[in-house]
Amino acid sequence: MTLAVFVVLSAVCVAAVAAMILSRNPADNALFLVVAFAALGGLFGLLDSPFAAVAQVLVYAGAIMVLFLFAVMMFDLRRLEPRSRKRVRLGLASALAALLLAELALAGIRISGLAGPAWRSAEARDMARLGRLLFTDYLYPLEISALLLMAAIAGALALAGRKDAG
Amino acid sequence: MDRLFWLVPLVPGASALLLMLFGRRYSRRAAAWQACGAVLVSFVLAAAAFARLAGGQAALEKVLPVWISAGSFEASFSLAFDRLAAVMALVVTGVGSLVHVYSTSYMADDKAPTRYFAFLNLFTFFMLVLVLASDIVLMFVGWEGVGLCSYLLIGFWFDRPAAARAGLKAFVVNRVGDAAFLVGLLVLLTQVGSSSFAAINGAARDGRLSAGLATLAAILLFAGATGKSAQIPLHVWLPDAMEGPTPVSALIHAATMVTAGVYLVCRLNGLFAASPAASAVVAWVGAVTAAAAAALALVQNDIKRVLAYSTISQIGYMFIGCGVGATAAGLFHLTTHAFFKSLLFLAAGSVIHALGGEQDMRRMGGLRRRLPLTFPAFLVGALAISGVPFLSGFFSKDAILTSAFAGGHYVIYGLGLAAAVLTAFYMFRLVYLTFYGPARMEPEAGLHIHESPRAMTVPLIILAVLAAVSGLVGLRVLPGEPADLFGRFLEQVLPRTGRYPAPPTEIALILAATASALLGIGLAFLFYRRSPGLPARLAGRFPGAYRLLVNGYYVDAAYDAVVVRPLVKGAGWTYRNLDLRLIDGALNGSAAGADLAGRGLSAVQSGLVRDYALAFLLGTVIFLGVVLL
Amino acid sequence: MIPPLAFFVLAAVLFVLGVVAFFVKKDLLTQFMAVEVMLNAGNLAFLALTAGPGRANAQAIVLFVIAVAAAEAVVGLSVIVLVFRRRKSIRTDELRDLKG
Repeated sequence: MTLAVFVVLSAVCVAAVAAMILSRNPADNALFLVVAFAALGGLFGLLDSPFAAVAQVLVYAGAIMVLFLFAVMMFDLRRLEPRSRKRVRLGLASALAALLLAELALAGIRISGLAGPAWRSAEARDMARLGRLLFTDYLYPLEISALLLMAAIAGALALAGRKDAG
Repeated sequence: MDRLFWLVPLVPGASALLLMLFGRRYSRRAAAWQACGAVLVSFVLAAAAFARLAGGQAALEKVLPVWISAGSFEASFSLAFDRLAAVMALVVTGVGSLVHVYSTSYMADDKAPTRYFAFLNLFTFFMLVLVLASDIVLMFVGWEGVGLCSYLLIGFWFDRPAAARAGLKAFVVNRVGDAAFLVGLLVLLTQVGSSSFAAINGAARDGRLSAGLATLAAILLFAGATGKSAQIPLHVWLPDAMEGPTPVSALIHAATMVTAGVYLVCRLNGLFAASPAASAVVAWVGAVTAAAAAALALVQNDIKRVLAYSTISQIGYMFIGCGVGATAAGLFHLTTHAFFKSLLFLAAGSVIHALGGEQDMRRMGGLRRRLPLTFPAFLVGALAISGVPFLSGFFSKDAILTSAFAGGHYVIYGLGLAAAVLTAFYMFRLVYLTFYGPARMEPEAGLHIHESPRAMTVPLIILAVLAAVSGLVGLRVLPGEPADLFGRFLEQVLPRTGRYPAPPTEIALILAATASALLGIGLAFLFYRRSPGLPARLAGRFPGAYRLLVNGYYVDAAYDAVVVRPLVKGAGWTYRNLDLRLIDGALNGSAAGADLAGRGLSAVQSGLVRDYALAFLLGTVIFLGVVLL
Repeated sequence: MIPPLAFFVLAAVLFVLGVVAFFVKKDLLTQFMAVEVMLNAGNLAFLALTAGPGRANAQAIVLFVIAVAAAEAVVGLSVIVLVFRRRKSIRTDELRDLKG
């Protein structure tokens, strides 16, 4: 059962990202990504990480991608059609990407061969434990990320909110 | 309060620092008051410490933190107020106070009085560091510091090219001496292993320092002293230094800094005593300088230049004293000279002030009645320096000459006696040209002649009293009982090695000294009062000798031909060939290379985000590959 | 039973797809989305490669990544909006002001 869920979710995820690469409409792209991130949230759940799953769906698929969609609507979509392709660069990039994939796979095999972590984790499902962790060991990162979000809001207002920016 | 003697240098130092940091915020009056106050406080502290020594204590010491520590060698800010330092500190702060007070009036109309007082305070600080240092390395700090202040103050009116050049000349000539000083200092440091004066003198006395090395070190240090004290052959800077303000000439170039060389020889009396050869060099250089510089003073027309050559000559006397083993007598002459020479300079300054800046004696004359306070003060100074009996210069000069004679140095004695005649002659030539005879100044300058304000005349009066009576502390003409207060006070620091002559000889010597003084004055009277045409006739009769003196024995010309011009030429060649071609070429070449490399590399910067990302990806792949393999 | 390696390989594939998307796409907005894909692949790798109590830590880190990603998205998008307002274009080929 879990295997079937894994296979389906990963297939959806990869397919959605692939569709994003092939599609030329930024609005479609954003929607594909919503699908991909939602599926990724399911995979997080499969990894016994309910908190990460919920955050993924709410924040990523929900909030961030909606922000992208709003941004998409501000631009003239037809002007975003690609005009020319530089084959040499794309070929080089593809070769490097393939190499990177191979390296990552090799790294994965090495790591799992060494540690062999069990993919089930009862502790990870313990929300109270995570909460304590966030407010003890990760207190400073937590407060700093709060500050960062605050700064991001102020920065966004300062950048995009200016009337004279046009 | 005597415990606070280490504040003696620090008070003027702090005042100088404040004046330099906050110069713009000071009013003229505040700057002058603060500078005077600081030196006066310093004087009071020195006097309190002196009283303690007079009560019998040997020395006061204070070790401030160590400031150089290299291997086994350490130098600390250690100050010692012993009897030698006490005399010198009193002279520096005492004359310094009077000069500061005098300056408040003399420099009242200057453009930058704050800068002036800052430098003057700074000078006092460094001079007191030099005096109170119980460690030759710290003394060198003061030594260089006073040299710096001398440069700054000679060139105080730096918008006059002559003043700027004179400052530079003083600095460069002093560098020559200081280089020798530094080498001598290093010889002592490596051989003695300690930089304290006590250790150096001790090592020289008990023979740990071999006679050869002691001679080498002593002569090198004395070479430094000839630079600072303007002795032949490094005397050329002092006459030019008269471009500075007159109070500066009185304080630095008469009373204190130029006598630092004498002080150094006194401080290292153990070292010099261990080396008869070095002592002989000191005595001979002093004697030759005393006579030669006095002869040069005969033909000068600038009132301050006469006094400058006179200073060189008088310091020669002090070195005679140090060289023939009568170190205390040398220091005694240093003290009396500080009084009468600063008196003469300040009085000359008063004359110059009255005449609106005129310094040429050919355009003076007849000022006796017009300057009723300056004239008698100057006259007291002139009588004192000429060695007229019972004034200070008579006792101190006599003490030196007597010791030279008693030590069997008859030629040196003869030179000293000749110099005494010349001294009396040029001093009274100065007096007659300036204060007697017809008034020769420009008509409009003659209208404004006025006696100086009280801030200038009061220091003159004080100094005149000191110049008259200060010789009494060294009085030892009473045969038998040594009544020499000054010498006995210093005995534990400056042990006397010379002998006293037998009483009949001594009386003969005193009569000879008196006669030479009166002879000089009489000749001056004859030349410049009785028959004023005589000097010109004499100059016409011996044109060669006259030109030799006017040109200062051609020493400056010789230095110019042998040292300065080849140096300038060589520097020009180096500039054209090495600087412009080699260094600038290398610099421009590397700049051009960097420019070329930049142009080449800028091709990589396509400005396309994708290209940068590609480089990023390449880096990631390589990095991961390295980690994995 | 799913081996953790399977999750990691998925993460690697997603990451490389993000890289490819970044190079294929010509407009800032979609390239920016590709960056988000890479970030998510990183999150997945974090969770996949931890075991036992470690995964709770991994979740905390995922939270921080998401927070940073949110901040980055906000600022990045406003920069893109600003660029579009000034240049009337967000085509990366046309933005070459950094050319040396």
